[in-house]
Amino acid sequence: MIYALCLILFLIGLYGVLVKKNIIKMVIGLIIMDYAINLFLLLLGYKKNGIPPIISKGDDIAEFARNSVDPLPQALVLTSIVIGLGVIALMVAIAIRLYERNGTFDITKMRRLKG
Amino acid sequence: MTGMTLIVKTIARWIKSLIFLYGIYITLYGHLTPGGGFAGGVILVCSFILLTLAFGKKNVLRKLSKTLASELDSIGALFFLVIAVLGMFIGGVFFGNFFQKNIPGREFALFSAGMIPLCNIAIAVKVGSSLFMVFIILAVLRVVEREGHLEMIQQPGMGEDE
Amino acid sequence: MNLIPLFIVLPLAAAFTIPMVSRKFIKFPDILGNLTTLALVFLSVSVIGKTGVYMIGGWRMPLGINMVLDGLSVLMLITINIVAFASTLYSVDYMEMYTSKLRYYSLFLLMLAGMNGVILTGDLFNLYVFLEIASIASYALVGFGCEYDELEASFKYLVLGIVASSFILFGIAVIYGAVGSLNMAQISEVIRQKGMNNALLFAAALFLMGFGLKSAQVPFHAWLPDAHSSAPAPISAMLSGVLIKTLGIYTIIRLVYNIFGVSESLSFILMTMGTLSMVTGVLLALGQWDFKRLLAYHSISQVGYVILGIGLGTPLGILGGLFHLINHSVFKSLLFLNAGSVEYATGTRQMEEMGGLSEKMPVTGATSLIASMSIAGVPPFNGFWSKLIIIAACVQAGHPVLALLAVIASILTLSSFLKVQKYVFFEKLKEKWNAVREVPLLMCVSMVLLSVLCVFMGLLLVPAAWNSFLNPAVQVVLEGTGYAMRVLGK
Repeated sequence: MIYALCLILFLIGLYGVLVKKNIIKMVIGLIIMDYAINLFLLLLGYKKNGIPPIISKGDDIAEFARNSVDPLPQALVLTSIVIGLGVIALMVAIAIRLYERNGTFDITKMRRLKG
Repeated sequence: MTGMTLIVKTIARWIKSLIFLYGIYITLYGHLTPGGGFAGGVILVCSFILLTLAFGKKNVLRKLSKTLASELDSIGALFFLVIAVLGMFIGGVFFGNFFQKNIPGREFALFSAGMIPLCNIAIAVKVGSSLFMVFIILAVLRVVEREGHLEMIQQPGMGEDE
Repeated sequence: MNLIPLFIVLPLAAAFTIPMVSRKFIKFPDILGNLTTLALVFLSVSVIGKTGVYMIGGWRMPLGINMVLDGLSVLMLITINIVAFASTLYSVDYMEMYTSKLRYYSLFLLMLAGMNGVILTGDLFNLYVFLEIASIASYALVGFGCEYDELEASFKYLVLGIVASSFILFGIAVIYGAVGSLNMAQISEVIRQKGMNNALLFAAALFLMGFGLKSAQVPFHAWLPDAHSSAPAPISAMLSGVLIKTLGIYTIIRLVYNIFGVSESLSFILMTMGTLSMVTGVLLALGQWDFKRLLAYHSISQVGYVILGIGLGTPLGILGGLFHLINHSVFKSLLFLNAGSVEYATGTRQMEEMGGLSEKMPVTGATSLIASMSIAGVPPFNGFWSKLIIIAACVQAGHPVLALLAVIASILTLSSFLKVQKYVFFEKLKEKWNAVREVPLLMCVSMVLLSVLCVFMGLLLVPAAWNSFLNPAVQVVLEGTGYAMRVLGK
């Protein structure tokens, strides 16, 4: 059931990208989409009453493997957050340049390429 | 007066070393506790961002200029590639762990796990300098038209940024 | 066998060395960029015929990431590296028009490293990481000269590309939740044993949407004309020639054939997307007067041919699809380089203002004639053979309507390129172009190289060459889920 909530968050982000006319609102919509997918990926590894996946000295390995939360999605989410950071930085830079060219953030006024 | 008020400047001068030290701790212990290269690099660069907010861009660019940040960026990435290729020559497989595999009784110490702390340091240096350059370029410089072509200059007039 | 990681390490190392050293030597980016791509061409020619699996770090299969080299990978690697070499040769002189060449070469080599990584990897999340590296480098390269048009095109491309990548990551997450592993061979094994359920169908739909957007299929094609016409000419050649094929078609082949196993419904979806793109692309291109925009619309149409051929599923169809893929890389990049030469010499891209340029620019005119005849399907150039095979495969598989549509699209392509040739190169020379001269030497060399390949690639169907080059690729696609047996067995 919690996965459906992640899907709703993803659809909210998608709505922001498709419908809104302000560039900054489109950027925020994309950020929300990124967050929704990272959250979904993390929740896949959850186990009820699990312990964090960090071994310390003197732990029994078999019992640790049975109880701990899955660590692989955590590594995937770390990579995905950094990729998202790079893309959003590029997007904001282009948005700033577009603002300096047009004086407005409205994308319906930036339609010189068509046909 | 450039930068923020005197209270902010004094506190920033005390705290910046603590933040930097914390970033180094998270990087070096990356194979034992959560964290590692990415998180450590981001915390390292936060101390520079704090300095920029408190003191203004001129002081910070004197400490870490743009060319130095660009060089550190390339050096971090090349160091990582050199470690990977050395794994191919010494260990036989690309990216293989070629230091001592496991000396019994020395797990969970700081100097275990072979080459992974070195990789963490390279990643932290690269991520830190990249984020610093992104921050400086987005917040400090702007593009103006000058004689028909574009040029990047520092923001004129205003002493503070953000 | 140890050479496989070099495909990724060489461009990455060159991309990071260039900013460090070039403050002292101005010519350094050119030399290092061209040497790297030349070394990659030699490396990819030397792995023809070899197959293998390479485990990174020595970790055994399903724990670690592995790199897989088989017939399909070799085919794509050779195409990418040859087109990249031609582009870097061309950009030595062409990029003098733009501001900072060292950043251009760094981004270009990063994009090349990303594409090589997508082809060689055997792990699903690693594929996503390399796909993002190549995509981000291409977003920055499209908006390279910071004029207004290029920024708007780059922004549109960026937004649609990020949405596509989000869909792909969502699909990877759903597969991990349903199967429990990220290794492509092991996923295929588990799916074969358990069968498809609803979660996997959802993941397949997400993947088709995401990768269809990356390869510019109808109805996801809206970003392509703007992005490919506003980019600098060698980047347009790389984008249209190899990037949409690597990030879109190669990944669809791996997913549909090797991981999920082709079925009736998937084949039907691919054939529908292919036919729609084929017809829509060529119809939209008929009314264009901007040279590069016309070429971009034709890219949509030709990629539709490839997906139609691959969606058929018969051996002849797959052979036609793959052969048309490599042919299209060569002649479409040659056409974009020609458009760049015309823009370098005359400064405009509108075809109505040009005329009679072939007497002032003989090399450009001749190579453009060869490329136009190839794309239109005139014998004996390479486009004719691959289109013939696709049409024959349609008839053989029992879809005569699709074959008829393919023939109609081919005729419309021919008419469109006759228009291009007439307005740009033949006819009387206008007054204002009297001072135009031929482009510099290195640009001519790269265009002649690609046109020689155009002429001789029809010979790849000769049985001796066929067995060593095209046939292994077709066998890899046909064996479908046998991929898992081959990779896991090693």
